[in-house]
Amino acid sequence: MSVVLVDAGGTNIGSVRYALQRLGVDAALTADAAAIRAADKVILPGVGAAAPGMARLRELGLVDLLRSLTQPVLGVCLGMQLLCERSAEGDTECLGLIPAPVLRFVEAPGLRVPHMGWNRLETTRHHPLVDGLGSDDQAYFVHSYAVPVGDYTLATADYGGAFSAVIARGNFHGMQFHPERSAAVGARLLGNFLKL
Amino acid sequence: MLSRRLIPCLDVRDGKVVKGVRFRDHVVMGEIVELALRYRDEGADELVFYDITASPEGRSVDRGWVEKVARAIDIPFCVAGGIRSVNDARAVLHAGADKISVNSPALERPGLIDELAAAFGVQCVVVGIDSLRDADGEWRVRQYTGDPSKTQALPRRTLDWMTEAQQRGAGEIVLNCMGSDGVRRGYDLEQLQAARVICNVPLIASGGAGEPEHFRDAFVEADVDGALAASVFHSGAIAIPALKNYLHEQGVPVRL
Repeated sequence: MSVVLVDAGGTNIGSVRYALQRLGVDAALTADAAAIRAADKVILPGVGAAAPGMARLRELGLVDLLRSLTQPVLGVCLGMQLLCERSAEGDTECLGLIPAPVLRFVEAPGLRVPHMGWNRLETTRHHPLVDGLGSDDQAYFVHSYAVPVGDYTLATADYGGAFSAVIARGNFHGMQFHPERSAAVGARLLGNFLKL
Repeated sequence: MLSRRLIPCLDVRDGKVVKGVRFRDHVVMGEIVELALRYRDEGADELVFYDITASPEGRSVDRGWVEKVARAIDIPFCVAGGIRSVNDARAVLHAGADKISVNSPALERPGLIDELAAAFGVQCVVVGIDSLRDADGEWRVRQYTGDPSKTQALPRRTLDWMTEAQQRGAGEIVLNCMGSDGVRRGYDLEQLQAARVICNVPLIASGGAGEPEHFRDAFVEADVDGALAASVFHSGAIAIPALKNYLHEQGVPVRL
């Protein structure tokens, strides 16, 4: 099976790659359109802000390519947000592959932004991507923007209210947390993606 | 609900993990990757690595071990020590660190925090603050604490600096209360409570953990998001699984 990591300048590319290696998969890091199109699985990582993230995809000429992919695609953290319609972060138009907005957490007493740390995942829909997720399982989040709960939501987490932790629409999937840094829970979910 | 984090801190000197008392008299505690894996297996929520000699010596952190740690562990980790520029930070983040922490270089040039936040997002940018209470009762910032012969007391008040750091783009604050560090009599709750009032980003307590109750107090009394400790974990005086069970029984949300 060939897995590629889209090299769009995200800083967590190394850790996602190492996590895949721990699962026995050597993923190529590439920004080459032909290599991405030919892969069995495509992962869009990314740490950073939405506007520079989209700008980088545009510079690399990857926007239309990513929109046209038919194999399973996984966006991680910012990568997931870029799959959505529009991000409130810099009022950025994203890829529009999952019909959802990306909104900023509203600060409140006791609700610090960014949402940083381990939080419980709650499965809201049956889907192979969240297969085997237990009710006490936690994942590691680091983000200030989040996708509200909608038809595309597979699992939620709670931070001043429920938001989407795992989403999917057709062949496009997203995880708001960092599976590569979420210990056994993250390894399980990444493994689920590889089996799609 | 967001869990409170337990964060073993590994002070790194010449490629080994070391620990001193009140930042002095460092002894070697073990190999970096070996200790990182041990803490990961025990259920540590996150790790922090401080290259304690990097800043006073004016060099940036050696990234070789960062990549080794990133390959080995599957929990988040933060690297601190001598990160003076966006390029220094990028090298460490690309090697696989999840966050970078700046302390002395941000005091030298506060604009560094703005640059890091703009380049990588605030979620990557941790500002470490070493703080000590002066004779007049004010908490003030210390610089270059990795080397006691180079440590400087600054006129800057700790809480003022904490406010400025957040305005500039700190996504997390680690407050190391030097007066309580290494002596295991508990975190400085008074200072942490004062910091909590003005800290709108995650706040991590550092310095003074000796007993499980100290962690409970920091979480319950000072409402910190995470608690960092070194010697009690390295020595085995407190085992993380037992500590988590205790905190869970005390009603503190943790990842079991």
